[in-house]
Amino acid sequence: MQPANDQRIDSGNGMDLVFSDDQKMIRDEATRFLADRSSSERVRQIVQAAQGLDAELWATVAGELGWCAMAISEEFGGLGLGMSEQMLLMEAAGLRLAALPLWSTACMAAPLIAAVGVDAAKAKLLRRIAGGEAASVAWGNIGAVDPLAHDGFEARADGGGYVIAGRAAQVTDLLAAGIVLVPARLDGELALFCLPAEAGERRLLATLDGTRQIGELTLDAVSLPASARIDAAGFDAAAARPAIESAMLGLAAEQVGAARGVMDITLNYIAGRVQFGRAIASFQAVKHRCALLEVDFSEARSLIYGAAASFATATPDERRSEVAASRALASALLYRTSEEAIQLHGGVGFTWEYDPHLYFKRAQAASSLFGAPHAHLELIADGLLGAKGPR
Amino acid sequence: MSDALRTEVRDWMETNLAGRFEPLRHRGNAGDGDALPELRKEWERVLADGRWTCPGWPKEWGGRGLSVAEQIVFQEEYGRAGGPGRMGHIGEGLIGPTLIAFGTNDQKERFLAGIRAGTEYWCQGYSEPGAGSDLANIRTRARFDPASGDWLVSGQKVWTSLAHLSDWIFVLARCEEGSVGRNGLIFLLMQLNQPGVEIQPIRQIGGGAEFNSVFFDGARARAADIVGKPGEGWKIAMALLGFERGISTLGQQMAFAQELNLICEIARENGAAHVPELRLRVARAWAGLRAMRYLAMRVLSGDPSGETLRETLGYKYHWSNWHRDLGKLAMDVLGPDANVVSDDPRHERLRQLFLFSRADTIYGGTNEIQLNIIAEQGLAMPREPRGNLS
Repeated sequence: MQPANDQRIDSGNGMDLVFSDDQKMIRDEATRFLADRSSSERVRQIVQAAQGLDAELWATVAGELGWCAMAISEEFGGLGLGMSEQMLLMEAAGLRLAALPLWSTACMAAPLIAAVGVDAAKAKLLRRIAGGEAASVAWGNIGAVDPLAHDGFEARADGGGYVIAGRAAQVTDLLAAGIVLVPARLDGELALFCLPAEAGERRLLATLDGTRQIGELTLDAVSLPASARIDAAGFDAAAARPAIESAMLGLAAEQVGAARGVMDITLNYIAGRVQFGRAIASFQAVKHRCALLEVDFSEARSLIYGAAASFATATPDERRSEVAASRALASALLYRTSEEAIQLHGGVGFTWEYDPHLYFKRAQAASSLFGAPHAHLELIADGLLGAKGPR
Repeated sequence: MSDALRTEVRDWMETNLAGRFEPLRHRGNAGDGDALPELRKEWERVLADGRWTCPGWPKEWGGRGLSVAEQIVFQEEYGRAGGPGRMGHIGEGLIGPTLIAFGTNDQKERFLAGIRAGTEYWCQGYSEPGAGSDLANIRTRARFDPASGDWLVSGQKVWTSLAHLSDWIFVLARCEEGSVGRNGLIFLLMQLNQPGVEIQPIRQIGGGAEFNSVFFDGARARAADIVGKPGEGWKIAMALLGFERGISTLGQQMAFAQELNLICEIARENGAAHVPELRLRVARAWAGLRAMRYLAMRVLSGDPSGETLRETLGYKYHWSNWHRDLGKLAMDVLGPDANVVSDDPRHERLRQLFLFSRADTIYGGTNEIQLNIIAEQGLAMPREPRGNLS
């Protein structure tokens, strides 16, 4: 990476960060819809059912409302909208902790197909996704800031097809996904496979965050037809970066949305909770803590909106840093907001009955995906200060 | 359009911020406001000749009528080139727009040209020893003089930036005997060079003295120099603050970026770049600065729906605390080198950053006031009760 220079630190030209009426409409409609359909009661039912999935809601948003089609290009049956619209949807989903495979499908799998898939695969798979079919990716290590650096699967050519083996300890929305993508090492290069239905062993895991499904995928020398391979002839990590960064930014937007959600719940609670003859929201110690969260919220959200708006035009280094920064800020924001929510709720804050714990669990779980905050900051530091050497 | 403007400003700065003006690069910003004053005033006149003073003013008053987006471009390129802190900022950004909106024709005729041309400088007479965060508590009195129709002013203003280098001051004073709070105030324009005005510098934490106390003892504001009506002072004073939309903070962010750059440069030289904790703090600073930029663009783009109001409220808190943290980071990267004066001008710049950024979270509304504003206006939380001590 290049060392720091003026260009790197203060680059970027003016852009319009005011949302258009269409964008606001997408956001407002999604927000209204989920307020109704992913209410606290509904989310609690989902958590209780322990599948990490609201299949009914998914059928509506993906099948009828076309949320997955948003950022898929028109030639593949999508709406051809951009990263900004995608972020607004993710924010709306996070706000209500909607248990949807939206992130796995729209922010991770679809961009990966678009980035490295051959045209025939795009035509087939992106069309299915645009039509509402859930999809996910079995990364070797979902916690890594570079999930491709960790081999989960090995493939080899076998007759006319392939044999693939390996394990992904955690795959988001694995059982919900009709399309499961598996990046595998093949002759030292990366290849991308799309698993046939029922292939491999797919095990649902019990999770800390009951609002996101996680499964374990084991492929024990599974034979795949040649058609299962969807990349042309191997790809390198750089080719997959846009997809990984799309996933990171989408997750950041979802985290910021969840931060807003738990903040709203908290503001509402403290406005009504009376002690010492006054609403506890009137105490300056309480007001200032909420205001500090609000500052952090504006910071993280503005960064994500800016990164989304420049996603298509930024240089790869620039985009990588902005996405890393978005993840670092959003993870810290959601964790802090949800821990403050518990504290500001007082005794009821650590009960099952009140909602803060749902967000608190989401906060911890989400921050561990695709790089913890320190890993993202380290990535930025590499760019500014050069790689870390011995001291 | 904005690309052409960007190129124009960039070229102009390169051509003009050169030669004898070279020493002005990166000087005169907050904390360094009294640096090279005479040369900076000359620079203001060069800017004026290039029609780069007051570019956002309407053309009829000598401006270029630039849009907000275009002003941002100008500020960014000015800052990127290392353009010095603007001596004319208070005139251009605060009192000028106030006069354009509320001044009489006579006031506009008399004052705007001097501000535009870089020949008359202004300072702001708001804060007093007993009226800091609680500005409405001001005590400076304005007494009507029936003989002349003028107002005679007595009292003390404090934290008056660059008063010693200014020609005029606008003063918020109490004109109704016995009035309290926001009522009974008057907004006056006063010449500094007159009997009954005394200016005392206040030496600040970094050694410089860009602030002053200004004492008034029967000093005169002429009848023609009231803005608005007697009793309307608070309204005018608040409207003036509203004109400070923060466009100049985009230029300020360029200076912040240069400071972060210096820190990275030094860290790579002295090995601090290998210290894990410092690496994370540098990265966090970068993230905060990038967010600040997008935050400012959202705030300044002025979404007509008012959606960005909440963000607007948090902006000052964000940049000032970010900058204060950067000062501490700079010192930690320098290590013991920060303790001693060196030939390396970067060290002094960072030392000043460390010291003066303590003021960032105090002037223009302290952290505590900002958090109240965010909580009350942004989050609709209950207002602070008022006490009754005087």
